[in-house]
Amino acid sequence: MRIALLADLHANRDAVEACLRKLDKAGHDQLVLLGDLVGYGPDPSWVVDFAREAQASGAVVVRGNHDEAVATAAGERMHASARFGVDWTRAQLTEAQRAWLRELPLSVREEDRLYVHANAHAPASWGYVNSRLAATHSLAATDAWLTFCGHEHAPALYHGQAGQAACFTPQPGFAMPLAPARRWLAIPGACGQPRDGNPAAACALLDTRARSLTFLRVPYDHDAVAARILAAGLPAELARRLAGGQ
Amino acid sequence: MPVKLAQGMQLDGFELLAPLHQGGMATLWRVAHPDHPGPLLMKLPRIGYGEAATQIVGFEVERMLMPVLAGPHVPRFVASGDFEDQPWLVMEQVPGDTLRPLLEQAPLPAERVAALGALAATALQDLHRQGAVHLDVKPSNLLLRPAETGGEARIVLIDFGLSHHQHLPDLLAEQFHVPIGTGPYIAPEQVLGVRNDPRSDLFALGVTLYHLATGERPFGNPTGEGGLKRRLYRDPPPPRALKPDLPRWLQEIVLRCLEVDPDARYPTAAQLAFDLRHPEQVPLTERAGRTRRDGRLAVARRWFGRYTRERALAAPATQHLAQAPLLMVAIDLKHEDPALCRALHESVQRALQTTPGARLACVTVMRTARIGMDSNLDAAGRNRHVKRLVALRDWVRPLQLDEHRVTFHVLEAHDPAEALVEYARTADVDHILLGARGLTGVRRMLGSVSARVVAEAPCTATVVRVRGEPQAP
Repeated sequence: MRIALLADLHANRDAVEACLRKLDKAGHDQLVLLGDLVGYGPDPSWVVDFAREAQASGAVVVRGNHDEAVATAAGERMHASARFGVDWTRAQLTEAQRAWLRELPLSVREEDRLYVHANAHAPASWGYVNSRLAATHSLAATDAWLTFCGHEHAPALYHGQAGQAACFTPQPGFAMPLAPARRWLAIPGACGQPRDGNPAAACALLDTRARSLTFLRVPYDHDAVAARILAAGLPAELARRLAGGQ
Repeated sequence: MPVKLAQGMQLDGFELLAPLHQGGMATLWRVAHPDHPGPLLMKLPRIGYGEAATQIVGFEVERMLMPVLAGPHVPRFVASGDFEDQPWLVMEQVPGDTLRPLLEQAPLPAERVAALGALAATALQDLHRQGAVHLDVKPSNLLLRPAETGGEARIVLIDFGLSHHQHLPDLLAEQFHVPIGTGPYIAPEQVLGVRNDPRSDLFALGVTLYHLATGERPFGNPTGEGGLKRRLYRDPPPPRALKPDLPRWLQEIVLRCLEVDPDARYPTAAQLAFDLRHPEQVPLTERAGRTRRDGRLAVARRWFGRYTRERALAAPATQHLAQAPLLMVAIDLKHEDPALCRALHESVQRALQTTPGARLACVTVMRTARIGMDSNLDAAGRNRHVKRLVALRDWVRPLQLDEHRVTFHVLEAHDPAEALVEYARTADVDHILLGARGLTGVRRMLGSVSARVVAEAPCTATVVRVRGEPQAP
């Protein structure tokens, strides 16, 4: 089975569509959305509808902190620009859409795979897997062979070993066979808000039979999305970040 | 409890035909599968209590690496899986023997050592180009596959249990606080934990060639970390001290491979293969003339400076080092055109300037008759071959290149395009530069050499032309 993974879509329709075109071409049997469907971007309603339809036809969708903030009370711990974005986003969504976001699970386990937005050890407190220590905690909290996380926007691949987990920065487009006797934690990288200096949208493809994982980067017209962010009256900083991949 | 293996057993569709080898690290079986024709080999690591952790991790490494490797210098990966608790991996069974038995016949003649070394270096170049470093090059991991009909003998690299791939997580990188490699062969920087330098394989191949050529190991067979680190400051006896009739060029090549500092070794396996195939063109340095090991004073000085040296060597290689290409310029000595010659000079210079490690091979083709023997001597009694070599040297002189960076080759063939392409293939050339000549009657009839080279070259090919003049491709 081939599983396509998108994380941190962040209401960026163009990035999602570009990734799906690439993934459809490569071929996949299942879609997994690793949370943060909304926030920052100009197209929350489109992305939520897309995710709902995908879920209805078998996709796995987990809840991200932005989804939760939009669906419930505004996130008090968020940056000012993020909070403004949350309020704006909430206004774009219908009650039905918000209710659907509220009902999303924090994590989903399928066979030897765990899907969760932030981490496996405390998924509801939204701690980032942005260090070897954090990855070690997350790997210790599950017996899944492969954990997929979002939240952290830069692509990364961790593996468990004696002592702290090891970290690897994947090369896009290279199918990596993952040792079956090891446990792995993969962060595909942000689809709608890349922050590793590369503005191209990120996604990943897992082949469960070959046990190989491919990280992908897909260029898209981020200037068009930036223009829509500005037109919507969202903070200019959010538009700038898309072009720089920051 | 590990699975008990027996003849005739089925393991995930593979039938066990016969046990081949009961090694310390793994069991090998000859297997067959209806969907995978050809002789197959199944490798099953020994698992269970008391097995060394490096062995088990080594098998995981091999399982990750083999599916991403391709080409004629590695065994073809077929499948891998787990049967209950027993992991397994199936690959093509490559015919032939490793170089291990040859050690009993060492010292071998220099020409034989060079020929085997060239095959091994060509295989390593293929591996390095794919982003992998073997890190356990030794005679028992170099398999000599005999020539098949229409082909040539080649060396196939086996056992990737200690290897590193630049696009894969390295499971061995920090798990073991001991040097990972095989005592006699391990490169100095590898002793210090560097696992991503392709030139470590050139050091190990140097040890292999030293052993084959002299019958002795350059650094003995140390086991402890202290013993392994000795090669950081103690130089091996020069091969000619053990075997005085060994040619100087071979000592030059072997000692260059064994340099402690990777920067002093060959930049790429292709360049090493090139020298092993062209002994007459190996520039001899002080290494070729060495008659004994360095004196105590020099060794003591290196010993005292070893910490600084270790720090410098242990710094991870920041860029992939296989980026020292071999450029080939094809020169037509028969039809000299000053404007085209200038344009070709400029293109070569530009290409060499952008990559400081690059080397240049100047090649020309001497036409021979299609049928019959050609006398090598012209009417005046002067060797035509030498005349062309002199002309090639003269052609390259304006570029003012260091002689270590340039070699000269006169090919004798009746079909120039075929000869150039074949040369580029065997010498592992990365980039061919050649001039486009003007339209002539002969060309119109025979087709242009440059067009055929561009179409058939195994690498990048650039056709240089003079701006503004109407020319055929």
